[in-house]
Amino acid sequence: MSASPAYSEEKGGSSSLGEPEYGHDPASGGIFSSDYKRHDDLKEMLDSNKDSLKLEAMKRIVAMIARGKNASDLFPAVVKNVACKNIEVKKLVYVYLVRYAEEQQDLALLSISTFQRGLKDPNQLIRASALRVLSSIRVPIIVPIMMLAIKEAASDMSPYVRKTAAHAIPKLYSLDSDQKDQLIEVIEKLLADKTTLVAGSVVMAFEEVCPERIDLIHKNYRKLCNLLIDVEEWGQVVIINMLTRYARTQFLSPNQNESLLEENPEKAFYGSDEEDSKDDKLDAASLVKRKPYVMDPDHRLLLRNTKPLLQSRNAAVVMAVAQLYFHLAPKAEVGVIAKALVRLLRSHSEVQWVVLQNVATMSIKRRGMFEPYLKSFYIRSTDPTQIKILKLEVLTNLANETNISTILREFQTYIRSMDKDFVAATIQAIGRCATNIGKVRDTCLNGLVQLLSNRDELVVAESVVVIKKLLQMQPSQHSEIIKHMAKLTDNIQVPMARASILWLIGEYCEHVPKIAPDVLRKMSKSFTGEEDIVKLQVINLAAKLYLTNSKQSKLLTQYVLNLAKYDQNYDIRDRARFIRQLIVPTEKSGALNKYAKKLFLAQKPAPILESSFKDRDHFQLGSLSHLLNAKAVGYQELPDWPDEAPDPSVRNVEVPEWTKCTSREKRKEKVEKPFYSDSEGESGPTESADSDPESVSETESESGSSSSSSESGSDSGSRGEESGDQSEEEEEKKKKKKKKGKEGPRKACPESAGSDPSEEEEEQEQGKKGKKKKPQDEGKGASESSWEEGSVSESSSSKSDSGSEAEESQSEPESRRRTTPPSSKPAPKASRKETKEISLLDLDDFTPAPPQPASSPAIVSTSLVTDLEGLTLTNASLAPTMLSPVFSTVKTYELLHRMAGEGLSVEYYFNRQPFPPDPHMVAVQIQFSNNTESEVKNLRVSEPKLVSGMRIQEFQEIESLAPGDTASVIMGIDFCDSTQAANFQLCTHSRQFYVSIQPPVGELMAPVFMSENEFKKEQGKLTGMSEITEKLTLPDKCQSDHTIVQRVTAAANVSRVPCGADNEYRFAAKTVTSGSLILITLERKEGARAHLTVNSEKMVIGTMLVQDISQALAQ
Amino acid sequence: MIHSLFLINSSGDIFLEKHWKSVVSRSVCDYFFEAQERATEAENVPPVIPTPHHYLLNVYRHKIFFVAVIQTEVPPLFVIEFLHRVVDTFQDYFGVCSEVVIKDNVVVVYEVLEEMLDNGFPLATESNILKELIKPPTILRTVVNTITGSTNVGDQLPTGQLSVVPWRRTGVKYTNNEAYFDVIEEIDAIIDKSGSTITAEIQGVIDACVKLTGMPDLTLSFMNPRLLDDVSFHPCVRFKRWESERILSFIPPDGNFRLLSYHVSAQNLVAIPVYVKHNISFRDSSSLGRFEITVGPKQTMGKTVEGVMVTSQMPKGVLNMSLTPSQGMHTFDPVTKLLSWDVGKINPQKLPNLKGTMSLQAGTSKPDENPTINLQFKIQQLAISGLKVNRLDMYGEKYKPFKGIKYMTKAGKFQVRT
Repeated sequence: MSASPAYSEEKGGSSSLGEPEYGHDPASGGIFSSDYKRHDDLKEMLDSNKDSLKLEAMKRIVAMIARGKNASDLFPAVVKNVACKNIEVKKLVYVYLVRYAEEQQDLALLSISTFQRGLKDPNQLIRASALRVLSSIRVPIIVPIMMLAIKEAASDMSPYVRKTAAHAIPKLYSLDSDQKDQLIEVIEKLLADKTTLVAGSVVMAFEEVCPERIDLIHKNYRKLCNLLIDVEEWGQVVIINMLTRYARTQFLSPNQNESLLEENPEKAFYGSDEEDSKDDKLDAASLVKRKPYVMDPDHRLLLRNTKPLLQSRNAAVVMAVAQLYFHLAPKAEVGVIAKALVRLLRSHSEVQWVVLQNVATMSIKRRGMFEPYLKSFYIRSTDPTQIKILKLEVLTNLANETNISTILREFQTYIRSMDKDFVAATIQAIGRCATNIGKVRDTCLNGLVQLLSNRDELVVAESVVVIKKLLQMQPSQHSEIIKHMAKLTDNIQVPMARASILWLIGEYCEHVPKIAPDVLRKMSKSFTGEEDIVKLQVINLAAKLYLTNSKQSKLLTQYVLNLAKYDQNYDIRDRARFIRQLIVPTEKSGALNKYAKKLFLAQKPAPILESSFKDRDHFQLGSLSHLLNAKAVGYQELPDWPDEAPDPSVRNVEVPEWTKCTSREKRKEKVEKPFYSDSEGESGPTESADSDPESVSETESESGSSSSSSESGSDSGSRGEESGDQSEEEEEKKKKKKKKGKEGPRKACPESAGSDPSEEEEEQEQGKKGKKKKPQDEGKGASESSWEEGSVSESSSSKSDSGSEAEESQSEPESRRRTTPPSSKPAPKASRKETKEISLLDLDDFTPAPPQPASSPAIVSTSLVTDLEGLTLTNASLAPTMLSPVFSTVKTYELLHRMAGEGLSVEYYFNRQPFPPDPHMVAVQIQFSNNTESEVKNLRVSEPKLVSGMRIQEFQEIESLAPGDTASVIMGIDFCDSTQAANFQLCTHSRQFYVSIQPPVGELMAPVFMSENEFKKEQGKLTGMSEITEKLTLPDKCQSDHTIVQRVTAAANVSRVPCGADNEYRFAAKTVTSGSLILITLERKEGARAHLTVNSEKMVIGTMLVQDISQALAQ
Repeated sequence: MIHSLFLINSSGDIFLEKHWKSVVSRSVCDYFFEAQERATEAENVPPVIPTPHHYLLNVYRHKIFFVAVIQTEVPPLFVIEFLHRVVDTFQDYFGVCSEVVIKDNVVVVYEVLEEMLDNGFPLATESNILKELIKPPTILRTVVNTITGSTNVGDQLPTGQLSVVPWRRTGVKYTNNEAYFDVIEEIDAIIDKSGSTITAEIQGVIDACVKLTGMPDLTLSFMNPRLLDDVSFHPCVRFKRWESERILSFIPPDGNFRLLSYHVSAQNLVAIPVYVKHNISFRDSSSLGRFEITVGPKQTMGKTVEGVMVTSQMPKGVLNMSLTPSQGMHTFDPVTKLLSWDVGKINPQKLPNLKGTMSLQAGTSKPDENPTINLQFKIQQLAISGLKVNRLDMYGEKYKPFKGIKYMTKAGKFQVRT
């Protein structure tokens, strides 16, 4: 195109001005051009009054700049054209100006007035570009002008100009950091801007100018969260990263379970959410004793609003969300990011490289998250080496007992790759797997030994090194391998490998007492023909043998030393001399002689093989610092969670006045909506999709459907708004909602609880609430009311059960907040007391401890749970996790009788806690008591003999158990939903005992929360073959609600499902391994008769459960 | 954020530089050259190179290194993704992205870069908006410009920049209204020695070419949307409609764009449409090796497999190969040791076969690694996952558009281990 002539005169582009700034630039300063004249003709062209000539000249100049040639001597000629009418010339002049203004400050000032004029132009594009160029000119004199311009532009009508103003802020700041205070004011103003266009840019400015002023975010936090989905992608990245930091300072850690003093129904809530989340659902169970933790609704809001962005096409956005989840989300929810990250692995190799580094770090901490995607990390021969090595790292991190065989098989293929660096890395990876997973250590060793015969030196060297490391860990057990390697000396020619083998034999010569001297004999025979490193090791071996076995090797050693004495290499001669002095006792031999053995045969520490990605997560993931594992300039440390949550009310926005701007603006409001307003007001267009067809009571169904739509409604707001195809009716509805949304915040403010009764919608809403309240207060069964805090908690519980996503939980606390001001804690207590009173009036047999373990969505039971914990549980690590089941009788089983165990007795029971390392395992609490006179040491599990599929997570070895002491540990067993026993050996330092654990069917499940509707829906799906019914007669003492519930929950780990009818009891659970639902219904008929129905697709379990329960009830 | 950008060709010349803040001397690239030397191959240059005062982030595409210089902490993916976007934009503007083309259009490139970043922060990266700001060069426009003296720089703020649908410009007019969708699926698979599948997944995209007048609002529904395990959308797709109804509802950008990309996970069984029978053996004693490959169709749902191409990186010990194909052309490059065989169509009656001997370096023992075979193929009119578009509806405009859907299955990273 037109620019091409520029290349014919590249040489002409160089400068002769010899500016000091430019002198050091080798690229441009170096050439002194011979033909100056070229520039003269450029000047001429610029001075002409023909636009086309000017344009041509400017194009050539820009081409020079692009090549890195100096064109600064043209400055005066170019700057004149800044006011040119032709827009392209103007633009190119701008390009030139921005490039050279710094060097020609005085001349640059000539152009300023043009920009100042441009700032007043009616066309927003011209205003914006004037500001852009003005702020890009790095001339300190114009700082005040820039400041003024930015301030003015920050309140411009056009959001585009405001965006430009936001961009200008960091420019000015880098020019003159004294302006910080004033700039912060502008930032504060722009942060309040409600257009998506501005949001990203201003947060960028915030990050560059005042990242420490976290207080500026408070008021804008919710708005930013809600705008997020509509902000352009680059802005999203910046905002998400900033919000991650913000959340770390403002909220409590969702995993560490710091308490809010107030007990809260949400606890149960999150329990159910975690249940429903697909991956590693029970992972969250930290073993720390936890008090109920309540996630701040704002925290939830952030998590919820960022989640859809995992679907973004922009890898940076996906990564930003992933790191946000990794750093902020409850452990149980982090799993969602794995899929998105794996998707990024399809992208360009640079993206893969970055993502894999982050995955490597994550996979150390949360292995379970990536396990399902193991195969996505398999290596292809076409991958670049650096990608291969990272994938290998991830595979190694993911290796565990179950998948190790697949991984090793994969590694086997890699070893034959042509890429030798990669092969070496694979060998190291095998070494790491072998150290981490004891089970496969021998297999790995054998495999590596085979590799010793590889022709590639790198491979052999690497395998020898890894073998050496592995052997160093437990040399005694591997004398076989050492022997094998000794034999290899006959075949292996690679000097490095020979040397390594000799070192090994020397080091562990006491394990191979017969072979070592023989090897020395052979080596001394071939000594003269060996490579130098091998010779050195032969001498080394000889010395060690001389010290341990001088009888056999004395002569050999002397022979070798003599040979070495006359070797050509002086290193070897030196070594021989040195060793002779050291080990052969003579009259003159010095003091060192005594210590020769210590010198040579000192215990060498085993090398530790661990991932280089360990502990990298103290850097914010996805950051440059994390990637480099070093703090980059300007890196903002990710703060630790606070111990006490700062006041959440700082984020409350007084009365939001939504400026009417574009239709986009309305969407914002809608997004905002679910946050402020109660979910019951919502009925998105998708309502019908999720609502329950067979609603039992009106209220139930309403709350159920509204909860499901609260999410979809809110989100459809974000995108769905512009859809023109929606029916007008819906539009109207939405408008209504929007109105309500506006009201919402006011309601949310505790001070204005009783605001504006005149508003129609509000009345309606309250009416609805009233309706909701009534049937519950009246018509609830006796035991039920005990967990009813009030209508709100009930509606929330049913909501949570509708199980759509974790999202709802956000709206719940919101509703709580509405009824009870967030800051005042006594309020919920009061309401609880009230309900207790009601229940005491209504019920004869109300007992303070609701027996059903898990059906505790409401306050009372949670509080009791915590009370009970204090009583029953001895071990702190036993603290209940999210479900906190309570059961009145803990049935203990004997694992090893005192007599059989020679004084060691072992009992176990099912503590009904989720087993955090693996959600598919049943946790078994094992208690050892030592009744012998002596210490029992090294208690551990070994040699599990398991039915296929069954897995055991062993407990940590108990070092020692003093006489009379007891200890308790937890182990996890995946029974594969069968009642077959898990057999294994229990070993002590002296004995082994064969034991087996057979689970009662009731322990193979974990409670699930669901609403009545949901229960019925699920039950409807599980009829026919999967339904088992039995008639039974309830004995006299088993007539009260309490006893029945207690017995059922004692027999099986189930949770109670709320039920309208008072002669019916419902329970729900799902099996631990496969997660299939188990629904139990007990219907009392006249007299003492009752019908017990179990619905489950696992028929065997169903049948056994029926038996167990009817037995339990009949007792 | 992004301080400067250097474009470096494969011979190590810096042929373009652009600075968004103060000038960074191009000598900073020396660190890059050092790293490049160490990496031996272009693809192994680490994407992030720390230097004492700067960080160099680079992407390598079309034989050009795009090296961004940054000074402070910034998410590396942010920069890398942006650089890729730059390349995509160039490609969109000039058809190809090569050194020659960039040099020829250096002014347009410069103008585009100027618009894409402001002070190092992305400003306009949406190709639709950019094209309104700076019109892509066409021969016609160049001629017109030289005659009339008009420019290819727009003087209006692109409407998209401010509208609710930033990806679409207003006032689009076509005489023929048409919307084409290409469902393209790529099979990524690793097949082991014995022919069993180690891992296989399907990566699909729906590329669209929409030329519709006005502001059409499209909905696209699938017969079996549940197949789509993991999707990422063009920003125009209304995420919530998808979540709730599994319908793609969107106001399309004008022209070509990628509507969505999806993933059918390894959990689902993936039909593998071809198989490769191979017999590659090196004998220890002789300096000859046997080589035979047969490619045949498998689970193709009755469609023909075409565009088959077999490539394999042979071990270093292989000096030459003398092979006879039953069809197609084959080449072996004795320097890079790359064997490629352009098979063409697979005829199920007469399976294509490549057979012959390899001559190995005399004196060395047989190579202990076996080459992997990379396969490319195409199957028209088939989406291997079984994904089917149900219907496409248009709202918001009166006319009747012409609609077309095309399916295609391709091999992605399809490897057979031997």
